[in-house]
Amino acid sequence: MTVMSEPRVPARAVGTDDAVLDIRDLRMRYGATDVLAGVTFAARRGEVIALLGPNGAGKTTTIEILEGFRMRSAGDVSVLGADPARGGEQWRARLGVVLQSWRDHGRWRVRELLAHLGSYYAPYATERIPRPWDVDELVDAVGLSAHAAKRTGQLSGGQRRRLDVAIGIVGRPELLFLDEPTAGFDPEARREFHDLVHRLSDLDETTILLTTHDLDEAEKLADRILVLAGGRIVADGSADQLSRLMSTEAEVRWSRDGQRFVHSTADATGYVRELFRQYGEAVADLEVRRASLEDTYMALVHEFEAGRHDAAVHAFEAQRRGDA
Amino acid sequence: MTVPVVAVRAGLTRGRIEFRNTLTSFQDIWSYLFPAVGVLVAMFFTSGAHVPGTTFSLGSSMLPSVLGMNIAFAGLMNLSQQLVVEREDGTLLRAKAIPDGMIGYLVGKVTQVSAMALLASGLVVVPGVFLVHGLALTGVGSWLTLVWVVVLGLLATMPLGAVIGSMFSTPRNMGLVMLPIMALTATSGIFYPLSQFPAWLQWVGQVFPMYWLGLGMRSALLPGALSAVEIGGSWRHLATLGVLGGWAVAGMVVAPVVLRRMARRESGSSVAARRERAMRQVVR
Repeated sequence: MTVMSEPRVPARAVGTDDAVLDIRDLRMRYGATDVLAGVTFAARRGEVIALLGPNGAGKTTTIEILEGFRMRSAGDVSVLGADPARGGEQWRARLGVVLQSWRDHGRWRVRELLAHLGSYYAPYATERIPRPWDVDELVDAVGLSAHAAKRTGQLSGGQRRRLDVAIGIVGRPELLFLDEPTAGFDPEARREFHDLVHRLSDLDETTILLTTHDLDEAEKLADRILVLAGGRIVADGSADQLSRLMSTEAEVRWSRDGQRFVHSTADATGYVRELFRQYGEAVADLEVRRASLEDTYMALVHEFEAGRHDAAVHAFEAQRRGDA
Repeated sequence: MTVPVVAVRAGLTRGRIEFRNTLTSFQDIWSYLFPAVGVLVAMFFTSGAHVPGTTFSLGSSMLPSVLGMNIAFAGLMNLSQQLVVEREDGTLLRAKAIPDGMIGYLVGKVTQVSAMALLASGLVVVPGVFLVHGLALTGVGSWLTLVWVVVLGLLATMPLGAVIGSMFSTPRNMGLVMLPIMALTATSGIFYPLSQFPAWLQWVGQVFPMYWLGLGMRSALLPGALSAVEIGGSWRHLATLGVLGGWAVAGMVVAPVVLRRMARRESGSSVAARRERAMRQVVR
């Protein structure tokens, strides 16, 4: 993704008129338990944000509050310029929602269901955004053309999921929520789905907030990654920023005379230079690997769980200020 | 508030498609045939019996009563069951996630349940008129009575069904509703004239819409002389209109409030939690 290499503007500097999501100090309390203890983030138009976090971190609660399906305990929340707790139908028409698992409308046929659900959006078409999406084009875009006449109850898990995504975008949403969108996808379907997400964010400027457990997916899709742990955002930045934050060490692997070597170092470039100076042509299979997002994520969550939450956040803030 | 015409139209389409879908399911087709089979069985067991004080076959008099019961069942049971099932499978949440989706959903549900009730009734009335001796579905008057009783009956029972459906979170608890409704059927003069019951049971039966649906149907389909067997010796059209109308108005006031309260609590995690609970019960 080209966007990744551009210098990023810190979320807090986003102008309010351009902010699709603006969440400040969002709190949610069930009984005596704080599920969300002050979540703050924002998103600009066309941005793709991945929300990561261990189970029970509050990802679903956050998304449900933003979708307007759940009341919050406290905090200022603006979604497409409105408070989701009081969003009307006009507001609803600009959102797309893909939840974790549906099995509704099992007797309906794929094309028929999309045409039906799309018809509700027609009165909400605007000059800039024609609604709904053309059904045949949409069926094709999610790769269900061969199954358009099938009953939805007869689709495989992955096909059903693609239908759910299609339903989520049938109204050409300006903001799309995707909860674990690719669970149960085979690699090809996943690749096609990623292309679709890029198309939505690049061409249609759809803002996308997705949750996933697949860190590789988060890295591929998201402009920005938020890590939610213990009801707080413990990291907020691009995959690259996150990796540099958590680990300055890189892993160098090579082989010499058929023997394999691994070495961790803070100065990978210097180490490799030295390696070649010493062994020259004998060095083969060279690989330099920076910490992956997965390593970073695990380290962040681990650090948080070990009770050094504030330290993790501060280290990250310092790192990001250094970047900007 | 302006009426969202598009959503209402979408709801009508929705009702039509859902109704068509029921015709492909064995279970649903059975539910259409059930009242007709019920009448046949009841007539078989009462062959030779007469409506008390007359020479009119008790079996023939049951046919209109069963029609009335069938409308009440459609409104109460069918609607509430569908609501509970569709709450569990996420259909309701889907409607919530779409602009004006709840309006479309409700219009669709009312359309579908009405169409189902009419088809099931047709399957009793049409053969009944030809095969059952003594029915008097003659003249515009009796057809008109039939129509207003059916329409008002559906209006009286469907909001009530929606309220019942909102009170249950899983279809597995719905069995609890069956029992009182069966008891209600027994005290609604469907299979035997209510006038022959003890007075206190007569009062219980007359509070609920099912008795009036049965009475209205009998008034449309039976010869006028049989009104002598009814409570008060009359078809009591005005009272029928009053009681069914009262239930309809009360239902339409209460149902939206209850439905909105129920729908507000629907979210992805509540649907998922219910699903998980259901899975555990299946595994056990």
